[in-house]
Amino acid sequence: MKVLVPVKRVIDYNVKVRVKADNSGVELSNVKMAMNPFDEIAVEQALRLKEAGVAEEVIAVSIGPAQNQETIRTALAMGADRGIHVEASHDVEPLAVAKLLKEIVARENPGIVMVGKQAIDDDCNQTGQMLAALLGWAQGTFVSEIEIHGDKARVVREVDGGLEHLEIKMPAVVSVDLRLNEPRYASLPNIMKAKKKPLDRLSVEELGVDVTPRLTVVKVEEPATRKSGIKVANVKELVHKLKNEAKVI
Amino acid sequence: MSILILCDHENGQFGAATLNAVSAATKIGGEIHLLVAGDASNLVAAQAITVAGVSKVLVANGSEYEHSIAENLAPLVFALASNYSHILASATTTSKNVMPRVAALLDVMQISDIIKIDDAKTFQRPIYAGNALATIRSDEPTKVITVRSTAFEPVSMTGGSASIETIENTGESGLSSYIKSELSSSERPELISAPIVISGGRGMQDGANFTMLEKIADKLGAAVGASRAAVDAGFAPNDYQVGQTGKVVAPDLYVAVGISGAIQHLAGMKDSKIIVAINKDDEAPIFQVADFGLVADLFDAVPELDKELG
Repeated sequence: MKVLVPVKRVIDYNVKVRVKADNSGVELSNVKMAMNPFDEIAVEQALRLKEAGVAEEVIAVSIGPAQNQETIRTALAMGADRGIHVEASHDVEPLAVAKLLKEIVARENPGIVMVGKQAIDDDCNQTGQMLAALLGWAQGTFVSEIEIHGDKARVVREVDGGLEHLEIKMPAVVSVDLRLNEPRYASLPNIMKAKKKPLDRLSVEELGVDVTPRLTVVKVEEPATRKSGIKVANVKELVHKLKNEAKVI
Repeated sequence: MSILILCDHENGQFGAATLNAVSAATKIGGEIHLLVAGDASNLVAAQAITVAGVSKVLVANGSEYEHSIAENLAPLVFALASNYSHILASATTTSKNVMPRVAALLDVMQISDIIKIDDAKTFQRPIYAGNALATIRSDEPTKVITVRSTAFEPVSMTGGSASIETIENTGESGLSSYIKSELSSSERPELISAPIVISGGRGMQDGANFTMLEKIADKLGAAVGASRAAVDAGFAPNDYQVGQTGKVVAPDLYVAVGISGAIQHLAGMKDSKIIVAINKDDEAPIFQVADFGLVADLFDAVPELDKELG
């Protein structure tokens, strides 16, 4: 079985984003970029499936500009076998990403598409579910445990009330949540090895998908900042303020 | 224009988060219908008909909808979609699972987690963990939208007099089956709607120490939350997590105990009315958003707080 892992290049989670002066978006130039943290968890899980003998090959795919090849190389350095870069010049919306991935699924026939549940840039939380719909496949979303038994997978999902166990039919789309695993770091020798791993390039046109955005970004703004508060000296003062000034207890 | 809202429910109980989605729908304008799909739909529908502003409750009865399995529920919503300009749901883990599947079947983009409505096709939503707010316009025939509950005051559970219409099932997909749930049971209020939330972070050092917070929560009628670090460390269950990818809360009072205040955590609580931070590190970023900061060892301050509250 092959595992396909889409990896997104996003602003590093430690970077405080800045809104552009013309309100057209956030500043991306000269900003540290990294693989979406949820996608790292997806890569890690795919590698563990391979190490457990459940999967034979792990393929990392990324959609975007030339720099996305760095993100694919990161996945390859972690241990993925090969990469596919779909070149796109602008931000591709989740629906279009799902359509591109559907075409790659048709070419590669993976048993699982392992996706991060959410990208930390647009915070959409859509792509995996959309891909499952387009393929007519089962979906296991927000997954914190997965076991594969033949043509079925048992997943544990992180839901608002706690945890939910589902059995899903394979092939399936699995969207991973934080508690599934702790991703490995790529070692220096593996980073070197990754440079020699195959990385195919495809265009949006070759895949025959219209990626024209459906939504228009009218403007992007800074949120209102909270006015700074005060430090209290002790618990007594805190309780007094909460009772008499804020009147919340 | 008419709006279809996917109704939240569990074990025959109407889900209060639906009231926030109805509130958002009234701001868009037009007729509002609720869809109740489940195996105890009639019970839920009986509660839903009085929701203010709702004119019709659509009921689909069937065990295939019992656990809101996305592969079964999405085709049902899709089958109804042509009658509606908007399809809404509160952004719970159920709708986050189902709605993108509906959007893809309709070949439209979903608009996730809206916090403001400018007009029937223009919406504001947070991006980058709420560090930027994007105003988005959709010119697509159907707008598929999830609503951030904390951004819309719930409508009243009473005053409405909706009609009930039973609709046809779309069948069992055979793709996913429910096995079981492990739900946290608590007498405390729901985290996302509690008036007061007290959360612990990595500074709590151990899961057992959360009992200190629970004691205070019980005195204040508060819910207990946690930072990602505390959940990852196993101090608290996943459903306690407040933050960018966990729950978003906006209570009257949020008390952050031993939480440093990573941007991912702030994303989940910075719209709280009053924020209190207790942390021994006076440089902790949480103090930048706190109305009242107390620089102290939580193992001294929390028991003292407990005593002060009587």
